[in-house]
Amino acid sequence: MHNLAGGDRLGSFSRVTFFDEFSRLPLAVLLRSATSASSASVRSSLASGVGSLSDFAALLSPAAGALLPELARRSQALTRQRFGRVIRLFAPLYLSNECINNCRYCGFSRDNPILRVTLSVADVVREARALGEQGFRNLLLVAGEHPRFVSNGYLAECIRALHAEVPSLSLEVGPMEAADYAPLVAAGAEGLVVYQETYDPIVYEAMHTAGPKRDFAWRMGTPERAYAAGFRRLGIGALYGLAAWRREALCVAAHAAYLLRHCWKAQVTISVPRLRPCAGEFQPLTSMSDRELVQLVCAFRLFLPDVGLVLSTREPAPLRDGLIPLGITLMSAGSHTEPGGYTGAGHDQTHLTQRGRIVPRAKGASEWAGTPDALTKATGQFEIADTRSAAEVSALIARLGYEPVWKDWDPALSSAFPAAQAESSQAAA
Amino acid sequence: MSLVNQPLVIAGREFQSRLLVGTGKFASPEAMRDALAASGTQLVTVALRRADLTGRKDPFANILDFIDPDRYLLLPNTSGAMNAGEAVRLARLAAAAGLPKWVKLEIHPDPRYLLPDPIETLAAAEVLVKEGFTVLPYINADPVLAKRLQEVGCATVMPLGSPIGSNRGVQTRDQIRIIIEQATVPVVVDAGLGAPSHAAEAMELGADAVLVNTAIAVAGDPCRMAIAFKLAVEAGRAAYEIGLAERLETANATSPLTAFLDAVPVS
Repeated sequence: MHNLAGGDRLGSFSRVTFFDEFSRLPLAVLLRSATSASSASVRSSLASGVGSLSDFAALLSPAAGALLPELARRSQALTRQRFGRVIRLFAPLYLSNECINNCRYCGFSRDNPILRVTLSVADVVREARALGEQGFRNLLLVAGEHPRFVSNGYLAECIRALHAEVPSLSLEVGPMEAADYAPLVAAGAEGLVVYQETYDPIVYEAMHTAGPKRDFAWRMGTPERAYAAGFRRLGIGALYGLAAWRREALCVAAHAAYLLRHCWKAQVTISVPRLRPCAGEFQPLTSMSDRELVQLVCAFRLFLPDVGLVLSTREPAPLRDGLIPLGITLMSAGSHTEPGGYTGAGHDQTHLTQRGRIVPRAKGASEWAGTPDALTKATGQFEIADTRSAAEVSALIARLGYEPVWKDWDPALSSAFPAAQAESSQAAA
Repeated sequence: MSLVNQPLVIAGREFQSRLLVGTGKFASPEAMRDALAASGTQLVTVALRRADLTGRKDPFANILDFIDPDRYLLLPNTSGAMNAGEAVRLARLAAAAGLPKWVKLEIHPDPRYLLPDPIETLAAAEVLVKEGFTVLPYINADPVLAKRLQEVGCATVMPLGSPIGSNRGVQTRDQIRIIIEQATVPVVVDAGLGAPSHAAEAMELGADAVLVNTAIAVAGDPCRMAIAFKLAVEAGRAAYEIGLAERLETANATSPLTAFLDAVPVS
């Protein structure tokens, strides 16, 4: 058990974690329903309002797939009801592609011979301003896990530098203790995203061959530690392509339902990333078709009406456009997955690593990055599929009859807001 | 002949319309603007988190540009605030940005049902009233809380009919009836009104006004739905002012059984 310290929710923080509940999930029974529910039981789950995990399981079945138009209709109506005709937009801002983990599917893996860089705080601000000019008021700061390059102090500095200009800041970085998260919340971050990647412990072990990420249970408890530290938006998800998608989806749904019960003040979001080509040339172990992805989005919506559903530029434009009216509430657009991708910041600072060690640069060492920029540009985490600009995506959303919403948060809501700090220092005095 | 209802008075300000409208969930700012106009509303609430409070005229957070300040009183709301401190901060910031010093106080820490936190709401109301804000708190239909908020100087109370966006109508009918009976300030039924009939029902109960957002914003034709709500609110109010007939347990024939006594002279 990891020891928790700090965070104002600690007093009421339950010692039970999702890992305990996960270990007791009747996955075999649920999976049977998810793979072989009858059409009648799908209809009965729909009629009952999809209140239970077994109802959700039925919605993942091939029989439910045959009822996809019906699922989509219900999902659309429910999403409009709960979220309105709006799609919120965000952009990832990669701070660093340094990493001490080896994850077989990830371009940033320690042993991948790629060009790496950690942006200076000034460069991070430059990138954020470029995104701000495109309209983004909601940024997801992403970094590999590397205590030396991506220290907690560095992250806090980046957040402090951006907080005044960017209304909403979320993080997707290596998992931490609640006590280490607390200063990041105090600096102005309000959301934390952490994918379990796979909820299958055997596949997890096979995929994560080195680094602190090998600890399956520790990663699983991350959203709860983040909540204890004061984060108010929690993002979870599985990376589809590692284990059987229906099994992953059941675990994600159980995880989200758990978070809604135990972290009741947090807004929970679920992402539905499918594996994309990346450095290391990893081939997905399992597949989920476009049709199944649509079914999954609808099933999540019907089981979890108030959970935000996130779609990234990993998916191609036509599929993204089709999913907008069906249940998605939050999208990225015009994304780059390499540090400095929006402005070229940090390109003069990159270095090449071989098996985790910095080596002198040699021509063609990063073949995967294979562009004219390859000698200087940091390597991305994965290839994006929807390459349209933010403006194009925003115009498309409007054409579909939805309002693209850029700003949905205000820094005044954060304890890092200057007025709040003035208040607390008055209170202390 | 048309319905001429009494005006609504909140904090000394008179409104002809008793329909307050929210601005979330619309398909576009233009759709919102047109629906507001169609609804005849004079009091429009906006989530401050959607607006630009820096004074930089942010083109990507320009919702306020679509709400004509000469036509509507803008009622900023604190949606997103999880506690009193955050709500107070937002309200102050809005006032500093030049928005009206009116605030719809919304503190709902639970993002699922958006049910208001009574403890934080009361604490924030006390602070904001003292600072000169006209405070309209969103509350659960709790008559005692309504009383407490009146005592600290709130301009209205805004009990919910059912959870925000749920379209389930006036589920809290019995509690709202008590709130109305005891109120010394206008009672605005807020949240959950999914059909014009729900709005009419709240008005017939004696609510001074209703607030509608989702049912108009996500309707297939928001403008026509806005008009439907406008008419329902006017009808419900008129019926309340005229006085509804008593409800009876048994049938009461329009031609009474004893009519013969009047028709036939009996000696």
